[in-house]
Amino acid sequence: MDLARSWRLKDQRYRLEGTVCANCGAKFFPPRQVCTECKSQNLTPHEFDGHGEVYSFSTVYQAPLGHEGNLPYIVGMIKLDEGPMVEAQITDVNPSDLKIGQRVEMVTRKLREYGENGLIVYAYKFRPLPNAN
Amino acid sequence: MRSVSIAGIGQTKVKEHWDKSLRNLATEAVLDAMKDAHVDYADALYVGNMLSGELTGQENLGALIADEVGLRGIEALKVEAACGGGGGALRVGYLAVASGQFDAVIVVGAEKLTELSNCGTTAALAMAADSEYETIHGISFVALNALLMKRYMHEYDLVPEDFAMFSVNAHANAAHNPYAMFRSPITLDQYKNSRNVADPISVMDSAPIGDGAAAVVLMATDNLNGTRARAVKIAASASATDSLALHDRRDPLWLGAAELSSKKAYAQAGVTPNDIDLFEVHDAFSIMSVMSLEASGFAERGRGINFAREGELTPKGKLPVSTMGGLKARGHPVGATGVYQAVEAVTQLRGEAGKNQVPNARIAMTQSLGGVAANAVTHIFTN
Ligand SMILES: [Zn+2]
Repeated sequence: MDLARSWRLKDQRYRLEGTVCANCGAKFFPPRQVCTECKSQNLTPHEFDGHGEVYSFSTVYQAPLGHEGNLPYIVGMIKLDEGPMVEAQITDVNPSDLKIGQRVEMVTRKLREYGENGLIVYAYKFRPLPNAN
Repeated sequence: MRSVSIAGIGQTKVKEHWDKSLRNLATEAVLDAMKDAHVDYADALYVGNMLSGELTGQENLGALIADEVGLRGIEALKVEAACGGGGGALRVGYLAVASGQFDAVIVVGAEKLTELSNCGTTAALAMAADSEYETIHGISFVALNALLMKRYMHEYDLVPEDFAMFSVNAHANAAHNPYAMFRSPITLDQYKNSRNVADPISVMDSAPIGDGAAAVVLMATDNLNGTRARAVKIAASASATDSLALHDRRDPLWLGAAELSSKKAYAQAGVTPNDIDLFEVHDAFSIMSVMSLEASGFAERGRGINFAREGELTPKGKLPVSTMGGLKARGHPVGATGVYQAVEAVTQLRGEAGKNQVPNARIAMTQSLGGVAANAVTHIFTN
């Protein structure tokens, strides 16, 4: 099941590919089939540049099955410069050094493995950038 | 639409019921409710449940439970809206009677959460969120609430201790509820020193999982016979949705579905938030209590915390919440919780809440949330 799903979502997970509304210009990640702003169904792929800032974050100490080997890890909500909010892990930083408002960029990292068939899921995470001032 | 009343209630204690299966718990609650309502028949049965398939390998609960309680043949369906499934089942039952389709309907919320390991249950509960864009990243259901709490603390300059009163009140009330999972009060120190689950949410901020079932019998108010004196009227039933995923919300700190469903409910019942005598809030996490109070019109935006600080949420306060322990201390068997809330509202309006009795309780409100309030079902009851 997860094999097909991982293949289907690869453009989103590896390249942060969402959609842009051809009618009103609204951008979406994850991709949508119907524009939430103008209800147009004319949406085309759009690759986000992956820059944004931390809206909120949390250090997770009790993980869902499949993520328990990585504890503790940081998850966050990232407000992309191009508009949408993305939820993902934040990497390459200690929680005590992280602040709301921190500038971040997208990187591709290993997310988890599925036991028996050995499927490894890669996906976007975000890592801190030097703050502008 | 005709008037609908709750003619009977039943519930099991919430705890780790290792000796009882989902069907045992549901059957116990339904039989109690039917006995309380003095009925031996119902036209239909609706089951609120979230995870029977995932955790016990059992779906098709409608047919299963209808047969177990001796009602093989009637209409019986499961209603799922994650942790709001209990409220959803009550809403479906209400519609079935209000529409004139049926005269008597049983609504039961039942959930068995302790069959698997902790990580397995954590993974299953995360199915309330968006599996492809939240859960896959290791964002547990607690973590979603932690993300909101962290941002809320940031915007309103708060510390975790500011949220403590919600848990302290819930535990104090559960101490007097024989059906509650936790029967001992907690102190501020215990709150402060409790273990982090997903920073800033600690064990003392989150409702415990447990097994349990609660049931109500709904009847057309005009058809109530010998049970009229203890019956409680459903003055309003309303539900609404928000985006499933947090990242799709323009304003993540505002529970749009809770606002929509409570506004519809106030309009239907012809009341305002000021008229509500008690509120069974969906306190799965303290941050949810705060945001629900704001979205439902009980506190201004950013002021839900002050509400707690001023002691207004105890049974003798201005707006008692979690009067029988809430999700936090009665326990949170997810898909059953919405029906427990209704049972507790009825207990209060009947004047049978013992030491937790809200004086002169006439109008009670319950709100059952599915996911991070992606689904909100609000009911108002009067006697
Ligand atoms: Zn558009």
